[in-house]
Amino acid sequence: MTKLLNNRHFLGLLFMLPAAALLLVFLTYPLALGTWLGFTDAKIGRAGQWIGLANFRYLAGDSVAQLSLFNTLFYTVVASVLKFALGLWLALLLNRNLPFKSFFRAVVLLPFIVPTALSAIAFWWIYDAQFSVVSWALVKMGLIHRYIDFLGDPWNARLSTIAANIWRGVPFVAICLLAGLQTISPSLYEAAALDGATPWQRFRFVTLPLLTPIIAVVMTFSVLFTFTDFQLIYVLTRGGPLNATHLMATLSFQRAIPGGSLGEGAALATSMIPFLLAAILFSYFGLQRRKWQQGGRD
Amino acid sequence: MANATERREEAVSQEGMTYLESLPRRVATLYLPLGVFVFVLLFPFYWMVMTSIKSNAELISREGNPFWVVAPTLEHFRHLLVDTDYPSWMWNTVVVSVVSTFTSLAASVFAAYAIERLRFRGSKQVGLAIFMAYLVPPSILFIPLAAIVVKLGLFDTRWALILTYPTFLIPFCTWLLMGYFRSIPFELEECALIDGATRWQILVKIILPLAVPGLISAGIFAFTLSWNEFIYALTFISSSEVKTVPIAVVTELVEGDVYHWGPLMAGALLGSLPVAIMYSFFVEYYVSGMTGAVKE
Repeated sequence: MTKLLNNRHFLGLLFMLPAAALLLVFLTYPLALGTWLGFTDAKIGRAGQWIGLANFRYLAGDSVAQLSLFNTLFYTVVASVLKFALGLWLALLLNRNLPFKSFFRAVVLLPFIVPTALSAIAFWWIYDAQFSVVSWALVKMGLIHRYIDFLGDPWNARLSTIAANIWRGVPFVAICLLAGLQTISPSLYEAAALDGATPWQRFRFVTLPLLTPIIAVVMTFSVLFTFTDFQLIYVLTRGGPLNATHLMATLSFQRAIPGGSLGEGAALATSMIPFLLAAILFSYFGLQRRKWQQGGRD
Repeated sequence: MANATERREEAVSQEGMTYLESLPRRVATLYLPLGVFVFVLLFPFYWMVMTSIKSNAELISREGNPFWVVAPTLEHFRHLLVDTDYPSWMWNTVVVSVVSTFTSLAASVFAAYAIERLRFRGSKQVGLAIFMAYLVPPSILFIPLAAIVVKLGLFDTRWALILTYPTFLIPFCTWLLMGYFRSIPFELEECALIDGATRWQILVKIILPLAVPGLISAGIFAFTLSWNEFIYALTFISSSEVKTVPIAVVTELVEGDVYHWGPLMAGALLGSLPVAIMYSFFVEYYVSGMTGAVKE
């Protein structure tokens, strides 16, 4: 027995057991089950029959599902690009010599740590059609004359939800990139400055190349989270008005749980997987450490 | 003397090339944008606080300045704590978060140690699989998980959440702890092995004490992740007394078309408070947990 416990292969498997058991039962199996459900006509309380690609064929012709695909791509692309730009900017600001630096860093991260559902409620109130404080301020400044219907108009609603998503995501991007920036030695900047590099050149030829690996990872996570976002939309609009803000995740919830069509919802959820894989592969091959960062050619 | 020079050098390296900038330029490129960022990021919280202490009459009045409160009241908080199930929602959230965090942490310590230090056959592949598991979003798992939860007879119980939260907590904690264990020198373990320590003793007496910062980081982060979880709790729980705070505030406090903004904001504020307080005590751990998981 003691001998067995000192065998690292046996002990290794023994140590893996609790984590592996939980993950196999509640992660791997559901993943497979979810894919299978997508090919069945399962309803709540009724096991499904295999119906092949019928769900996917139906969804491909369903205008709401098409709209949700468009919304998801639009939401992901716009929000991710802006989160990256603003996050990088904020990270660069926080990386400068600044009084109360750690205080600022702590405060900036607040939107990321509070429950999204609860901060989304605050946004719901800020976006209220009658009492919106943003509208109030804009009216007082004389910029608009009528209160903005933030969540009642399709395009307003799309942009408003994107704004709320950016608000929540920027701190994450900024703090992660800041951690990357802090690993860059200041002497590199001094050397570049002595060689006559402008601030832009210092950013472009020192900061950016050294930061690329971290940018790749951070943005992969950010894109994954944005693409599969659920709670923000669920709280703010429930997919409305006229399904204009339904993302694939919220639509699959809508169809599967209140609607009862588990099969259809699972098919929608499964169709997100290829997009996620594409995003991961893109960042892995497109943004990983390049040769030119070590002085070689591309 | 040497000390003074050192200190001066330190000060110089701290300031970097700041002296190259003039003050107006610094204001325009640093303080102004940073001020705007901080204002936008914090405004919703200020707004939550203001709304939660305004009386109903003041909330719907169009007179006066909405940014300030004339007659602050704690009425909404009283309503929340006395007339609704809020205390039990809070309790549910605490129980679910604490139990699932500790379960995941325990499972992750063993898994991370096995992958990183025992290096059993196939540990590389298992490590990669753990990372892949971290990338699987809950939005594509909740439907099949709902079917499983119902089949196991756990629907509408806290167990449904306690057992499913580890699906995102274990991959995260394991990945983070693997990084921490990697930073502990192998030689310490080898010495202990030569002295006749068993693997269990090594784990408990050498590795764990050295990995305490990592354990705190992983624990804090896992706790906030489970406190903030939404889609599983929304799907697996239907009765009010088992709901967690984020779900309950969204589903129970919204009645019909009349939005009771006061209690809603008070509920959102109270629900955010525990994580915010915890975070304020452990900022460094939290940040290192977040960036550690990304940097690997």
